[in-house]
Amino acid sequence: MRVPVDWLREYVAVPSDATGVGIAADLVSVGLEEEAVHRGGVTGPLVVGRVLSLVAEPQKNGKTINWCQVDVGDANGTGEPQGIVCGAHNFAAGDLVVVVLPGGVLPTPQGPLKVSARKTYGHVSAGMICSERELGLGEDHDGIIVLDRRYAGDEAMLARCVPGADAVALLGLDRETVEVNVTPDRGYCFSVRGVAREYGHATGAEFSDPVADLATRVPPPSEHGYPVELADDAPIRGRAGCDRFNARVVRGLDVSAPSPGWMRTRLTEAGMRPISLAVDVTNYVMLGLGQPLHAYDLATLGERIVVRRARPGERITTLDDADRALDPEDLVITDGGETPIGIAGVMGGASTEVSGTTTDVLLEAAHFDPVTIARTARRHRLPSEASRRFERGVDPELAPAALQLAVELLVEYGGATAGEEVTDAGSAPQPAPVTMDAGFPSRLVGVAYDRETVVRVLTDIGCAVDGDGDALTVLPPTWRPDLTTAEDLVEEVARIEGYATIPSVLPTPPGGSGLTHGQRVRRLVADLLAARGLSEVWGAPFVGTDRLAALGLDVDAETARTVRIANPLSDEQPWMRTSLLSTMVDAVRRNTSRGAKDVGLFEVGLVTALDGPQQQAPTEDVGVRPSEEVLAAVRAAVPPQPRHVAMLLTGDADRAGWWGAGRRADVTDVVELVQALAEALAVEVVVTADAVLPWHPGRCARVALADGTVVGHVGELHPKVVAALGLPARTVGGELDLDVLTAAADRTVRARTLATYPMAQSDVALVVDAAVPAAQVHDALVSGGGDLLEEVRLFDVYEGDQVGAGRRSLAYRLTFRAPDRTMTTEEVSRLRDAAVAAAAEAHGAVQRA
Amino acid sequence: MSGPNTSYDPVEVAALDPAAVDAAVEQALAAAAGASTLEELKAVRGAHQGDKSPLALANREIGALPPSAKAEAGKRVGQARGRVGQAFAARQAELEAERDERILVEEAVDVTLPPGRRPMGRRHPIALMSERIADLFTGMGWEVAEGPEIEAEWFNFDALNFDADHPARQMQDTFYVDPPGDGLVLRTHTSPVQARTLLERGVPVYVAAIGRVFRTDELDATHMPAFHQVEGLAVDEGITMAHLKGTLDRLAAELFGDGITTRLRPSYFPFTEPSAEMDLRCFVCRGEDPDCRTCKGTGWIEWGGCGMVNRNVLLACGVDPDRYTGFAFGMGVDRALMFRTGVSDMRDMIEGDVRFDAQFGMEI
Repeated sequence: MRVPVDWLREYVAVPSDATGVGIAADLVSVGLEEEAVHRGGVTGPLVVGRVLSLVAEPQKNGKTINWCQVDVGDANGTGEPQGIVCGAHNFAAGDLVVVVLPGGVLPTPQGPLKVSARKTYGHVSAGMICSERELGLGEDHDGIIVLDRRYAGDEAMLARCVPGADAVALLGLDRETVEVNVTPDRGYCFSVRGVAREYGHATGAEFSDPVADLATRVPPPSEHGYPVELADDAPIRGRAGCDRFNARVVRGLDVSAPSPGWMRTRLTEAGMRPISLAVDVTNYVMLGLGQPLHAYDLATLGERIVVRRARPGERITTLDDADRALDPEDLVITDGGETPIGIAGVMGGASTEVSGTTTDVLLEAAHFDPVTIARTARRHRLPSEASRRFERGVDPELAPAALQLAVELLVEYGGATAGEEVTDAGSAPQPAPVTMDAGFPSRLVGVAYDRETVVRVLTDIGCAVDGDGDALTVLPPTWRPDLTTAEDLVEEVARIEGYATIPSVLPTPPGGSGLTHGQRVRRLVADLLAARGLSEVWGAPFVGTDRLAALGLDVDAETARTVRIANPLSDEQPWMRTSLLSTMVDAVRRNTSRGAKDVGLFEVGLVTALDGPQQQAPTEDVGVRPSEEVLAAVRAAVPPQPRHVAMLLTGDADRAGWWGAGRRADVTDVVELVQALAEALAVEVVVTADAVLPWHPGRCARVALADGTVVGHVGELHPKVVAALGLPARTVGGELDLDVLTAAADRTVRARTLATYPMAQSDVALVVDAAVPAAQVHDALVSGGGDLLEEVRLFDVYEGDQVGAGRRSLAYRLTFRAPDRTMTTEEVSRLRDAAVAAAAEAHGAVQRA
Repeated sequence: MSGPNTSYDPVEVAALDPAAVDAAVEQALAAAAGASTLEELKAVRGAHQGDKSPLALANREIGALPPSAKAEAGKRVGQARGRVGQAFAARQAELEAERDERILVEEAVDVTLPPGRRPMGRRHPIALMSERIADLFTGMGWEVAEGPEIEAEWFNFDALNFDADHPARQMQDTFYVDPPGDGLVLRTHTSPVQARTLLERGVPVYVAAIGRVFRTDELDATHMPAFHQVEGLAVDEGITMAHLKGTLDRLAAELFGDGITTRLRPSYFPFTEPSAEMDLRCFVCRGEDPDCRTCKGTGWIEWGGCGMVNRNVLLACGVDPDRYTGFAFGMGVDRALMFRTGVSDMRDMIEGDVRFDAQFGMEI
């Protein structure tokens, strides 16, 4: 809401020395957040000048310029005439004009322009003689401002027009407009009246309610008022769309009469464009008092207005010339119950618009239900100044005074006469009293407010307070529909007394149990991966089917596991991701496109993993605890969102440098990271070969818990995936379900006694078919070696002539140790042979000579 | 060992001449001193200490002397051999020390050669900031709660007193899950965790919720469609706005420095009443520089919203609002990071360029 300061002064006693910034700061203290303080963009020196002489000088480009000598008094520091080149011709020697001297700043569409003395047309022009447009005063650019003509007949103003006098104040260019942000509960502050009331609360300045004065002149409803029928047969949530409809008639309006300059200025400053007297007056009353009005050309109306819900299939052409299909929930103003002539509270219809031929006008000031208006404005995507106010609640007692002001303005500036017809259909809803213990504000805020303070504040904001002792009955004013609970009243007490008086006291919780296991695991995992060289990233979780396809995934299967955003930022990416990798690849690409070659990234985040059809989550009225069944349905409808950890590595894992060559990251680097995580969490994981996309079928591993629960997959990205996504070749990575790992790690390891007898080692080289996974040979050795086999370590892999094609040699070092004795050589040999025998039996392993 | 002297001829025992012994000692000392390496020392040692050395030969002759002369000659030769032995041992030690010294010098490497076989990775500073905030709360005896990012409208709105038709519900720039009638959204704030916590844990409760939230904002320097919030909720008997102020002041001081306090301004949120906007004392100028660019000279920086938990929220979660009161607040973690570290373009925080993380350590 933009509030011109001079308009504010009309309703509240703003101190004469108050600035826009100061006013904004005062309003902040009562909850009207400052958005901006607007000012004309002119800064001095801008002074009155008298043209002493002008010499017309034709130029080669066909223009004629005037080389002027202008008396600017002492404003230029010398008292000598100022030489200025001027292209306008609507003035003569002796005229009083407005001069911006070097150093002055003018507003331009391109931003502020600092004026300096400059050489032009063979002269040094020390400033400019200004037009209205150059000063941001209006659109007139046909010539410069001639003050003698501008203020002709206004002796007081003419007396101020002395060469050298400051023209900023003279022309009103120092006017300020304070823009505040109005929260949704404060509908009444969408008016200068409401803001003035709050300014009074903030500063103690006296508020003079313009409505009080107008109310004394409001005529009583007449029997012959224009007939209005309220016929809402389908109230929304039990509330009639329109509970009060006031109307007045003016006749003999000169629609071509201009709006007065002061009104146009105020409207412009408040952010609305002056259009015509009838429109300007309705807007002016709305901005000033907060009551949206609508003007109908009376000649286009039938015998009565009926306010009702729209009928299926009905249409209307609104003021913006758009043809709109109406919804049965829309409240419409109709001519005689038949033709819709306006969408109530949102926008009027074109057919009854005030036009150039209008002479008689019907003015509407109604009170519409916020919910009806909000839904309709949203449905038709038509947020208007009127709907914005109705949605937030308009004072239901305001209409008669608002109409009175509009009528008076049309009479005064449009030559109209007020009609006898005064309509007041329906009745305004009355605020409900709120009961509150006088000690409640103190208990909720933590500041000791005595009863007297509580009653005074509530009375000041317009409440009627009743009750003996501490049991207060508070009747809120009609403009505060937001005050419905005792807590609402507490906020009034706290904010008027000042939030600054609230002390700072630390609460004393009973004590908690620190981070959860899952939270600690998450930190450990992230810290470990970072320590191992990976950088943590995060991204927005939105993907498109093209991305899923590029990853080689079954698009239908993936989208069945997730949800779609109804209003995505990009229609290309409407799906919630089912894997972190699907969005993380962007980060890899971004790094490599910016020149990085060796990149290791990880992300910890949520993915969507629907395990059945998407369900509907019930909703409920506010302030109601849903039944257990409803709550269960709400919870069940929220899709499972497991937390994953994903890694991607490209380029070298061990970098090249002065020490020698590097080593490209391969799938074993990722397996090692997974093993590191598993060891850090004391969870046993089993790595087996697998072949799932997006991984290279020969370079993909499944990671599972010992019980077979799948944790995730790692691998080298499939060459087709790499190509489709434009990733560096041989990019490797993996994605694990961190929730599975977390659950598996949620146990206490039992310590065992360490054996201190000497260990015995024995090396064996086993030749097996090259296709036999090393992990299986390892497992066979472990199972055959018995309990005393402490460690099995693969220390060499050989493929070549000595073992034959399709075979390979795996060299293991077996470490044995007994807890209670030193093992003999024979014992060790026997156990080694047993281990080898197990590998031979399981995989045809042959011990290499 | 040499054999007994069987052909003693006193005339021939010139080796026992004191001058000859002294000369032999002098020669030996000169030889030891003259050896510049351990190898040279070893090479000359035999000539002066070996079996054939003059002093060894002289020693051998002592036995042939008459008993009256033996003692003197023995003493002389013994002392001479002792001096020579010490000289060689000392030189040996000296040269060994020199060698050891030299080896250490030779083994020196350029320790300033840049390493980099496996550079460190980094945590994302937003994650670190979140953890820091979590630790602050657990340190105060609070717990850290969580919730899903795809959330039921009931938790995100209804439970929080956002009426279906209230303008505030439309002002949230919400991502809706398709079809919109299914009642699912991407949570627009961490506040649904309030309702989840109250329903699951009951009261009294002191929890912070830190996590990712979503609004339909295009990515630019000051907006992200996904960002991070920290939410605080305390519901207990006797909780007041003063407790809210105290907690916020503590948070501000911990995150931005001693003396950084907060200011409350009246505002409106559906889930709190009374409600307030929370401003942070400008941590750059502390309200003392009218030309401060960080706070635009106001001395305060907007940080978040807060207030006393609305009775409708307590009712929706089955908490007796006549017995319990509570406060709640929410603010941006990303903003806190920007304040703390001067990040000026939000895109840097979400794009995943490793150079962004690399600026920071693993403690923020």
